[in-house]
Amino acid sequence: MRVLIATVSALALAAACGPTEPAKAAAIAPGAEAYAQLQARLQDAKPGDVIEMDAGIFNFTEGLSLDVDNVTLRGAGIGKTIISFKEQKGAGEGLLVTSDGVTLTGFTMQDTKGDGIKSKDADNITYKDLKVEWTGGPLATNGAYGVYPVESENVLIDGVTVSGASDAGIYVGQSQNIIVRNSRAEYNVAGIEIENSMNADVHDNIATHNAGGILVFDLPDLPVKGGHSTRVFNNQIVDNDTQNFAPEGNIVASVPTGTGVLLMANRNVHVFGNTFSGNKTAHVMIVSYSNEINDAAYNPLPRDFVIRDNTYGEGGNDPQGRLAPLAPLIGGKLPPIVWDGVTSYGGKTEDVRIVVREKEDVGFISLGLGTTPPDLTKAQPSMTRLPDAVIEEPKAVVLPQDKPAA
Amino acid sequence: MIKTVSPHGKSGSRIQRRLAFLRVTLAGGLAAIAAACSAPPGVKDGVILAADPAPRLSDYGFFKDAAAREAEAGVVAYDLVNPLFSDHAAKHRLVYVPKGKAAAYNADSVFDFPVGSVLIKTFAFAPDMRKPAEGERYIETRLLIHKEEGWAAYPYVWNAEQTEAIYAPVGKRETIKTIAPDGEALSIDYAVPNRNQCKLCHSKGGELIPIGPSARSLNHAGPTGANQLADWTERGILTGAPQDAPAAPAAYGDAAIELRARAWLDINCAHCHRAGGGASNSGLFLAWNESNPTGWGVHKRPTAAGRGSGDNLFVIEPGKPDESILVHRLQAVEPSVLMPELGRTTVDHQGLELIRQWIAGMPASAP
Repeated sequence: MRVLIATVSALALAAACGPTEPAKAAAIAPGAEAYAQLQARLQDAKPGDVIEMDAGIFNFTEGLSLDVDNVTLRGAGIGKTIISFKEQKGAGEGLLVTSDGVTLTGFTMQDTKGDGIKSKDADNITYKDLKVEWTGGPLATNGAYGVYPVESENVLIDGVTVSGASDAGIYVGQSQNIIVRNSRAEYNVAGIEIENSMNADVHDNIATHNAGGILVFDLPDLPVKGGHSTRVFNNQIVDNDTQNFAPEGNIVASVPTGTGVLLMANRNVHVFGNTFSGNKTAHVMIVSYSNEINDAAYNPLPRDFVIRDNTYGEGGNDPQGRLAPLAPLIGGKLPPIVWDGVTSYGGKTEDVRIVVREKEDVGFISLGLGTTPPDLTKAQPSMTRLPDAVIEEPKAVVLPQDKPAA
Repeated sequence: MIKTVSPHGKSGSRIQRRLAFLRVTLAGGLAAIAAACSAPPGVKDGVILAADPAPRLSDYGFFKDAAAREAEAGVVAYDLVNPLFSDHAAKHRLVYVPKGKAAAYNADSVFDFPVGSVLIKTFAFAPDMRKPAEGERYIETRLLIHKEEGWAAYPYVWNAEQTEAIYAPVGKRETIKTIAPDGEALSIDYAVPNRNQCKLCHSKGGELIPIGPSARSLNHAGPTGANQLADWTERGILTGAPQDAPAAPAAYGDAAIELRARAWLDINCAHCHRAGGGASNSGLFLAWNESNPTGWGVHKRPTAAGRGSGDNLFVIEPGKPDESILVHRLQAVEPSVLMPELGRTTVDHQGLELIRQWIAGMPASAP
């Protein structure tokens, strides 16, 4: 024992007096000890640490969590480092991040019982080159959200694929300064959803085979509401044709199957340069919040919206959901852009400024429902666009963690 | 500093593990020696305030015996009027406040404990929880320590011999067979939480905080038979407690059902479901003093519940417990549906029945 202690002391001295380069911790390898090793490393991390995972399949039964600022969790790449939660027993998500400045990159996460990756009150977070999927396809028993940043500032989601979420694949809620780009959402109920958030740029993504492609919502009864200033541009929003499989009661259960972009309530939303096709209900749908409202601080109207310069292919040919009964009244088809025509709530009427600045042959319909909660039997459809208006577009979102390389 | 995590089975790792072992052993030993020299025997304030958690529960000196049944002087047993349900585990709570210091009374929140204070909670099971004192075994002991820089949470897991509890920062699962107080035979997949999970419940605005020891939860006769606020004041570990301090109604006492149900939700849910808590983004706030009915669930639509909604529209549908998401999630045992997310794998039938009765009795026209 004395010899060992002497050896240890010598080693410790050597370590203390040697070159100052810190020893790089080895990557976590798959195996029976991997979960305990990884969770211990996440808990004991120091700001600036990079925690690496080897390629291989990691079968975890417990959720992971990270609560240390400025830590990077890096796998060997999508499809190479695979974290499977097929046998998950505990926790509401696969990975929960509650610290700032975190980067998650280079792994696939599969089959969490609840949400995939949640980050809460986690500012300056980067989700980069990740895949979150439910391998059984679109099922109501899948978890709700794939990636789920909430109550955060400066959120970057880049190169992320989510498949099979029973609510939204890529969901950002109650946050500000958000970029979702170069990502792919497929076979989810909602592909990408920005909810109760401010200043979001959603661009150069592919949303396909969801029930609804891209959603921008503002909902009542939440700590953060009054969502505004979102730009949805240069996305491919095509063939959103998966039957809505959300559990009843969730707001997304009301998304009609085959909706390209669905905008609910909110202010100052700009949709431009996108390519739409194969969305059988409608390509762009703009609606008010249609349930009863007990929240005096909430405005259910979409207002100051600009829809311009998009490319529209075939669609609107088989409207689903709540709009299905209306379709026969207008020839069985919906035009590419549909607005519910609600301009008043709680006795107040607003100049909502829904601007459609598209080529003349791009069809538009207002259902003329007037007030919310709406009464579908009182629809007064009109194909006339509202007058054009100058609505200043929000500036491009710039994130501190997204500075271009010098 | 020597990194203690290393790939298993590779050359060099054994030495690293030994290094790590020696480091903690030496550190713990030295701290214990230092503390023992200044304050024999008894609680070791130096170990409590050390930068790192002690490797063993016994290093802190809270107990006279290895089985931790007999507390040292200054370590005071207490209980809460309404405990959080944790799969029927028995809980033994102790508080330690450094000599010469006292916690400051608050009417509405947990007392302000001075630096160096420790809340000690041991989770235990007997083979038959109808006779919880017979053959009781300790599973884990959790420490909440008020360090100079704030509170820290350290889980310790008991060994099979019941002679020591070892620091277990990443938690553990353990199968426990027992008979519940209502006679139901249970095989519980009991989860000892990891350090981050401790913080999920014990968190407000990103800071780790205690939950239990507030006036409302302590203002009754405790394990010693005396009113706990009076007893703590008498012992000098609490100052400022008035004669008319508030008390929460016992969930299974004789107060009005609304008060009892809200008190139950406060203890079992509000640590996350409140502003600044882990579930703040849901907008569902279940603290006893939440005044907005939508806030505490009446006709409130789910936010991020996923299949936790159970195809129901509202958290509480007055008069209809079976159409209320709250009931659905309390009677579920499936991960991602059940609530609370942590600390429960079985159904709290008594609590569930309380909530069912409360909702059933609400007028259907409730706001």
